[in-house]
Amino acid sequence: MEDFNSVVDWSRAMFALTAIYHYLFVPLTLGLSFIIAFMETKYVRCGDEKWKRMTKFWMKLFGVNFAIGVATGLILEFEFGTNWSNYSYFVGDIFGAPLAIEGIFAFFIESTFIAIMFFGWNKVGKKTHLTATWMTAFGASLSALWILVANAWMQSPVGMEFNPATARNEMVDFWAVLFSPVAMNKFFHTVTSAFMLSGVFVMGVSAWFLLKGRESWLAQKSMKIGAIFGLVSTLLVMFTGDGSAVQVSKVQPMKLAAMEGLYEGKTNAALSIVPGVEIPSGLSFLAYRDADAYVAGINDMVEEAPYRMEAGRVAIDLFAQYKDAQRVGDTEAMNEIAEIFKDEEFKKEYFANFGYGYLNSPEDIVPPVGLTYWSFRVMVGLGMWIFLLFIVSLWYNRGGRLERIPRLWLYLFLWAIPLAYIASQAGWVVAEVGRQPWTIQGLLPTVAAVSRVEASSVEITFWLFAVLFTVLLIADVTILSKQIKKGPSDN
Amino acid sequence: MEYTFLQQYWWAIISLLGALLVFLMFVQGGQSLIGYVSKNDTERTMIVNVLGRKWELTFTTLVTFGGAFFASFPLFYSTSFGGAYYVWMAILLVFVIQAVAYEYRSKAGNFLGRKTYDAFLMINGLAAPFLIGAAVGTFFTGANFTVDFARIGNYAAGENIISQWESPWRGLEALTDARNWALGFALIFLTRTLGALYIINSVDDDAVVERCRRVIWLAAPAFVVLLLIFLFTAVFGIFTSPIFLAMLLVGVLLVVWGLFITLFKGNKRGIWSVGAGTVVAVFTLLLYVGYTGSYYPSLVDSASSLTIYNSSSSEYTLTAMSYVSLGIPFVVAYIWWAWWVMNRKKMTKEEVENDGEHLY
Repeated sequence: MEDFNSVVDWSRAMFALTAIYHYLFVPLTLGLSFIIAFMETKYVRCGDEKWKRMTKFWMKLFGVNFAIGVATGLILEFEFGTNWSNYSYFVGDIFGAPLAIEGIFAFFIESTFIAIMFFGWNKVGKKTHLTATWMTAFGASLSALWILVANAWMQSPVGMEFNPATARNEMVDFWAVLFSPVAMNKFFHTVTSAFMLSGVFVMGVSAWFLLKGRESWLAQKSMKIGAIFGLVSTLLVMFTGDGSAVQVSKVQPMKLAAMEGLYEGKTNAALSIVPGVEIPSGLSFLAYRDADAYVAGINDMVEEAPYRMEAGRVAIDLFAQYKDAQRVGDTEAMNEIAEIFKDEEFKKEYFANFGYGYLNSPEDIVPPVGLTYWSFRVMVGLGMWIFLLFIVSLWYNRGGRLERIPRLWLYLFLWAIPLAYIASQAGWVVAEVGRQPWTIQGLLPTVAAVSRVEASSVEITFWLFAVLFTVLLIADVTILSKQIKKGPSDN
Repeated sequence: MEYTFLQQYWWAIISLLGALLVFLMFVQGGQSLIGYVSKNDTERTMIVNVLGRKWELTFTTLVTFGGAFFASFPLFYSTSFGGAYYVWMAILLVFVIQAVAYEYRSKAGNFLGRKTYDAFLMINGLAAPFLIGAAVGTFFTGANFTVDFARIGNYAAGENIISQWESPWRGLEALTDARNWALGFALIFLTRTLGALYIINSVDDDAVVERCRRVIWLAAPAFVVLLLIFLFTAVFGIFTSPIFLAMLLVGVLLVVWGLFITLFKGNKRGIWSVGAGTVVAVFTLLLYVGYTGSYYPSLVDSASSLTIYNSSSSEYTLTAMSYVSLGIPFVVAYIWWAWWVMNRKKMTKEEVENDGEHLY
């Protein structure tokens, strides 16, 4: 038993490691591709070589970052199989489809057109090249759509039915999976936050050039583009973030309670800013658009958990009965049980709690509250700060007056780059730590989702990839800084 | 559509993706030849760059192969990946180091130095085909797993995992079967042959082309011998099945024709004929193993063996994915167009020396 817990822990560590590293590189790919496409569009329209030089400069940085994003992404896809074997069977019928679609459509668009974008300057016409650049940007966001649909489905499983004959959930409504409100919100929130980070990156690097007194034209223009792109994105991030909170309150009330550190449920629940500072009735309003609404607390849900565990075990036992009937060839009993699994009432009361049946104690349903609570505040706080920086940058940039900007602001723009990365990682911590212990909300906890691999095997691969990714990250950062210092090339 | 038809249709798509992946591993084969076919920095840069413009295509095909396999035959995904853990992790590892190697090798501040990244390319070039070959070998030679759906009905922790691996070697035990070695090495020599053919087709340099021809003289016969050993020892049934045998022969003839025009006629486009032959032959082998019995036999419990019928997704999902598959011809079309655009002019020494624009 002790040994099995460590399998679960190491498998989670392995997945967290790869997800965290992967997401260090993804947001810049998503956003910078569009920024580059804007710049190149400007070049194609006005024909001024300065714009081409600028496009190529940012493209160089894009390339360095892209390669390592691809490398870390490969592992994630296969890890569902290697480390989450039961998961990938139990819901593979639904979960596999978006991954396959992502590969067939999005990845090939990206990888085909990126080659033209980098090496095709002298091989295709200007307009074809521009199209390739836009297609790369479009492909990147399209791949984000499908992987986020997959992720959202884990948080809010819809459009499927459990089939006892195959012992798995099976898709019954593809559109419900694709257009689930959680998926749509998650997609727009994630992608716009990635655009925001890219805006910060471009603004910060441009600020560095201004501080060094180099590349004044390129830096000012880039900063303006980065700041406008970033500012618009930030507004969308806020809007979709609010939408996400509403969705979380509907499908993952425990995550919401952890985000707010709310132990006792109440009406007129206050929104905590930091411990001790709060907005009266703010949480009730945020989650339910009603200041008087009741928000469930962590303790309420723990109290309710034994009933859910009981209900879950009823569903699991029923499945076991099906298998027994199958063993003795009792088709009548099998059909009867299969019908029960299709019953709407049964689905809601029992099957929705299937995963609770695998838990040991009611406390297992509580995610790490401190980490979730503080990550949420880090994300929102840094987001607000970055929002302010975009406004300042644009304020000084009006009518090309950026020369007069106090140097302090330029330093703040530069230092905002790591902050944006911290904010986006914190966002994923809220989403993924906050949903523990579920790999699929309510249906499958991590303890029943893993592969039956020895903990030591997972530990070995964990350290192997931890070292490799860290080394590659160092290489990525040093190459990027060297490329920035070198500046745009002049051939 | 009939459920069984959908299962066969999706196995055909998986087989096709697998076949395309093997062909596209000319990139790996090319990487394993860099040190041998280039004698100076300029030649090396030329070869790295013609390969570097294609590595992502291979990589994406691998990812898509994985994703499509997951979507259409999830039980394979959970059984093999979660079981033969070390093998799949090793495959992932050698692809991770490849993905950064091209972009980083010649950049200032790359931390590990160019030689390390070139070593990454070499490791990937040899280990990727070998490991994938050996892993696919187990489709024919079997693996040590059990599958029991009833386990889901047990709520004690650790007791409810459907697929279990019955060897502590976690897939490495496949190396105790010489037939898996044969297929692994066959793939190394096949990809080296394809890599040499690709370089011949993409580089305008007589010395390099000549060295590539010499590679083929050794690699191609080695491939044929190893493949025949594998076929006779692991896939003998194919010789008694007229349709599959005929398809296999078409593949073989295309390969032989491509090799013939390359070695004896000075033709530089042999890659296309050999490539098409490779796709047909690999497609046939995978199709055969899926359509005739079990494509992933269990050595410890024959009832656990995976067939395309007991391991596929539901009828609904396969139907939905079949609509998705209608888009594949469009994908192939723009890949083809992009290839043609980028490769119509061969890489020359002048291009490497004068054009510093985003060279690897």
